[in-house]
Amino acid sequence: MANPEALAGGHDAGHEPQFAHGTRKDYVTGFVLSVILTGVPFIVVMAGVFPSARMTAFLVLACAIAQIIVHMVYFLHMSPKTEAGWTLVALAFTFIVLVIAVVGTVWVMYHLDQNMMPGMMSEQPGD
Amino acid sequence: MSETITTSPSDARVYHPASEPQHPEGHSTALGFWFYLMSDCLIFATLFATYAVLGDRYGGGPGPKELFELPLVALNTAMLLLSSITYGFAMLAMHEDDQPGVMKWLAVTAGFGLSFLAIELYEFTHLVSIGAGPSRSAFLSAFFMLVGTHGLHVTSGLIWMATLVVQVRRRGLTAANRRRLECLSMFWHFLDVIWIGVFTFVYLMRMI
Repeated sequence: MANPEALAGGHDAGHEPQFAHGTRKDYVTGFVLSVILTGVPFIVVMAGVFPSARMTAFLVLACAIAQIIVHMVYFLHMSPKTEAGWTLVALAFTFIVLVIAVVGTVWVMYHLDQNMMPGMMSEQPGD
Repeated sequence: MSETITTSPSDARVYHPASEPQHPEGHSTALGFWFYLMSDCLIFATLFATYAVLGDRYGGGPGPKELFELPLVALNTAMLLLSSITYGFAMLAMHEDDQPGVMKWLAVTAGFGLSFLAIELYEFTHLVSIGAGPSRSAFLSAFFMLVGTHGLHVTSGLIWMATLVVQVRRRGLTAANRRRLECLSMFWHFLDVIWIGVFTFVYLMRMI
């Protein structure tokens, strides 16, 4: 019985190309961008740079989204090509479920709160 | 394709084994591990949703502005971010077959990871000691659940890292060990992505 490794024709043997690799430049670029995208929201909130809370929240959110993308690209080496696109498909699916779970929960619970306010209880016919 | 293949009795015989030899061992590990990370992401999604709903139910207890110390959170964030890049350097050393380099960078990463955990534990014990434990209010239950689950993930990552240090020391940078290091790399960077959500939504957004 020949050993399976030899029958595999030696392709991919020993070396594992299925993990996406990054270069030193990738890691350093990702780190520098992350430091900026972490530093800005902390400074903005701690020093109270903007008088408007809405403006501050918007900036903090924008930095978080940007930093998540930076981590995905430079640290997790995501690209549309890895695993013939299946990692990206899985990520997109997860994102959809995540949005449904989080937005749906907040939406439903918010409306539940609105309809269960103590003032509204007395309007019910039984009371 | 419709190419005709003819064989003659003089040809060398080829046997096809029952298993699938064309797939080298571990060829699907990267995608499988990515699927695990995505399912883990959904656990955190539910915990973030819980925090979003219960985050302002103080039950007469203290709120974020009385409890959270942003300099401490900033320090913690720095620890995790530094551990991310040092793990990246461990991976670069691995690709250069530099085993001492891998060990050195893994040790540095573990150091930052342990500092992160120490700071988090200090924060938790401080909150409990001033009467703001998880049983104080719905807000604090959701807070401890979300941040604690992330902390538990970091703890498992550190245990995993310790076992890999032993494995690499005993067997060297074998194909299996490289695969394990790659998986831990994905796990570790994934935890940093989750932490971005934590410091943004749990801490910063509530301190504005």
